[in-house]
Amino acid sequence: MITLTVNGNDHTVDVDPATPLLYVLREDLALHGAKFGCGLGQCGSCTVMVDGRAVFSCLLPAAAAAGRQVKTVEGLGTIDEPGPMQQAFMAEQAAQCGYCIPGMMMRAQALLEAKPAATEADIRAALEPHLCRCGTQARIVRAVMRAAQAMRLVDAVGRRAEASP
Amino acid sequence: MTATSTFLSRRTVIAGTGALVVGFSVARRAFAQQEPQNVGEEPRRPVALPGSLKDAPLIDSWIRIEATGAITVMTGKAELGQGIKTALIQIAAEQLDVAPHAITLVTADTASTPNEGYTAGSHSMQDSGTAILNAAAQARAILVNAAAARFALAAGELKTGDGKVAAPDGRAIGYGELVSTELLHVEATPASPLKDTSRRLVMGRSIERVDIPVKVTGGAAYVHDLRLPDMVHGRVVRPPSPGARLKAIDEARVRRLPGVLAVVRNGSFLAVVAAREYQCVQAMRLLAATATWDGHSDLPESGKLYETLLALPSRDNDILHRSVALPPGGRTLEATYHRPYQMHGSIGPSCAVALREADALTVWTHSQGVYPLRGALSELTGLGAEQIRCIHMEGSGCYGHNGADDVAADAVLLAIALPGRPVRVQWMREDEHRFEPYGPAMIARLGAALQDGRIADWHHDVWSNTHSTRPGKAGDLLSALYLQAPFPPSPPRPLPQPDGGGDRNAIPLYVLPSVRVTNRFIPQMPLRVSALRGLGAYMNVFAIESFMDELAAAAGADPVAFRLAHLEDARGRDVVTEAARRFGWQATHAQRRPGFGHGFGFARYKNLGAYAAIAVEAEVARESGRVRIVRAVAAVDSGEAVNPDGIRNQIEGGMLQSASWTLFEEVRFDRTHVTSASWASYPILRFSDLPERIEVHVIDRPGEPFLGTGEAAQGPMAAAIANAVADASGVRIRDLPLHKERVKAAIGV
Repeated sequence: MITLTVNGNDHTVDVDPATPLLYVLREDLALHGAKFGCGLGQCGSCTVMVDGRAVFSCLLPAAAAAGRQVKTVEGLGTIDEPGPMQQAFMAEQAAQCGYCIPGMMMRAQALLEAKPAATEADIRAALEPHLCRCGTQARIVRAVMRAAQAMRLVDAVGRRAEASP
Repeated sequence: MTATSTFLSRRTVIAGTGALVVGFSVARRAFAQQEPQNVGEEPRRPVALPGSLKDAPLIDSWIRIEATGAITVMTGKAELGQGIKTALIQIAAEQLDVAPHAITLVTADTASTPNEGYTAGSHSMQDSGTAILNAAAQARAILVNAAAARFALAAGELKTGDGKVAAPDGRAIGYGELVSTELLHVEATPASPLKDTSRRLVMGRSIERVDIPVKVTGGAAYVHDLRLPDMVHGRVVRPPSPGARLKAIDEARVRRLPGVLAVVRNGSFLAVVAAREYQCVQAMRLLAATATWDGHSDLPESGKLYETLLALPSRDNDILHRSVALPPGGRTLEATYHRPYQMHGSIGPSCAVALREADALTVWTHSQGVYPLRGALSELTGLGAEQIRCIHMEGSGCYGHNGADDVAADAVLLAIALPGRPVRVQWMREDEHRFEPYGPAMIARLGAALQDGRIADWHHDVWSNTHSTRPGKAGDLLSALYLQAPFPPSPPRPLPQPDGGGDRNAIPLYVLPSVRVTNRFIPQMPLRVSALRGLGAYMNVFAIESFMDELAAAAGADPVAFRLAHLEDARGRDVVTEAARRFGWQATHAQRRPGFGHGFGFARYKNLGAYAAIAVEAEVARESGRVRIVRAVAAVDSGEAVNPDGIRNQIEGGMLQSASWTLFEEVRFDRTHVTSASWASYPILRFSDLPERIEVHVIDRPGEPFLGTGEAAQGPMAAAIANAVADASGVRIRDLPLHKERVKAAIGV
């Protein structure tokens, strides 16, 4: 038995501890966001956040994620209440088939949480491990820049709210 | 047994346990699968109905309105990530005078939608968009006439809006109240009362795509995400070489692994089914490690691929030959261009789910053609087509005939072995890389005579395998080739002009007094190939537009001016002029920095579809040979633009994908098997290769026919890059891809 904390909720699953996290997320927790792309850490479509860092869930054994905070694209918002990253991808229409997109979003989320003032060059460099075969890269970069701006704004408003008595 | 004999045979799936030895009968029949698109079909009616209405003329085949007013629009085309759902909804909403969200769109499903063949060839807007445009306009007119009868008013006095018909006196009636079961069950007429283009409210606007929200929030958006009760997982063990045949397996060891439900073997088709997906992957790996195989394919020596292809027999056909006597003098040039095998390389490996129940077989698939697939599966299984339902669900990006149909056959073979259990099969990365049908390797030899700075004579010879081995027949499905009683592959066929296959876009759109274009079709396929986005157009446009630059240089002319001097087509001239203007060709071309070059490419896709012109600025690093695209600017005319941002997205994507093919991609193989088994051995474009800027300018043509968009950028982008590299480095490279080793060697640093 392994207990995983995913998007803030605890789940106890009965799987072989060597099972990559990706399969547990998809099959046991019915979270579709992380995708199987290569199983080799070459394409990034399985990327999720673990303790705030972007990791390839196709390579990480589920047991190694126990006791850590796992976040998937489902943890960024819902279709009815999308979060800033999701809103930015919709606003930029930054998808064609969209298969690679959730992985990109999680890498971008990890970047912006660690470095809110990330530049376009930072974003391009951070996304280097990710492949998009439809050729949507230019829109993806624009979407992440838009998300960065929105998240900085939310952050600034939050700080002002805290500062006022 | 021949492919057309009609007797039944029984073949056996040898399964893992006695209880699981399952047989299924196979009927072999001649299949007259209708494939209404991509073939020059004779019209069956005196006046052809528009788009796919000619094959499905009933209005309620396309549009149904319930008594509640709910509107359902049906299309035989499939969403491939190209945004077709959104565009079709926009068209229907515009012509029916309702809001886009009032429409439910049903895509390719053999139980409910018209048969529109394949979603391919940039045909969806022409076929389905045109059908829905006209069907919706005619449906609206029928509804208005029905309301006029109710109100005892002339139809011309009535207005529509928000799903209602309204009279000047304030009376209004909803569409749902007007419909009866028979009202829309009528044949369409050739002419439709289309809304005036000046009154467009929904068409021509960049409304947000309907499929994106679910994709960015982790919804079940793909067949990969389908989770049915009691679903189990299958994986196929592919042979080490395509031609290898299975000798022995250690079934007992695999059977002992946790979760394994069945080992399925039929001839050299070998697969395992397990309760959980990762259990299945582990079982597949053990099965693969312990299986032994005999024999192998004899693949060409990779360094002599083009010589090998040229030595194979070809069927030659002049697709254009116009000879005029040339005055003496002038200058002749000749050049030969090569393109290696290239792959579709969807990021998500192909996937399907199949369920065999009683007399029914249901298949959830990201195939481009649910009806042709159903035909092939019927032949494969011996089930009647009416017993099989193929439902399209989205897959990872589709750029032509990839593994989608093959994996559907895999899932079906396993579902038949485990009736009552939905079986999901997803290929592994190496399966997709090694066994998808590739875009064919090609050779194009061009020659021309220049007189007084103009092209006086032109010839183009193109050698290629077929560009379609799509199903229709069981033998077009990968696993069917490995069964105990294998199905024969369909005889390779060239796709006829005017669309063409290997010769797609081999005829230049330029004014050429004397011209010969010859298609040299090579039936024998060293590697399995099929349709890759653009088919032969990618290579032919690369060759033609590279050669135009070579001729321009020989004539001492500016590349853009040289093209315009040979181009009469007004819309072609418009995109060339617009791309050059937006790029700042005239202003910046003379002031290029050292190491930087400008390149241009133009084509009208298939000479029938969208016009695209692309200008590229590239930097060539002399020491490493690395090509960096600095910026790329496109102008495109797809006819009436239903969703301009959708067109921009498709063209941007086409430009970057073509850049990837052109700069990096080549399927590698040794004498027995493909060695490009992952992204490590088949590198594609990454973010570090993304240009600083990409612009797409859409020239809208309201009221003009839809021309399609999806494949228009592939050829022009390739040529624009190659021309920019030649401009930057002073060296012309005619072999794809322009990877850094090749560029470095050509520069000779």
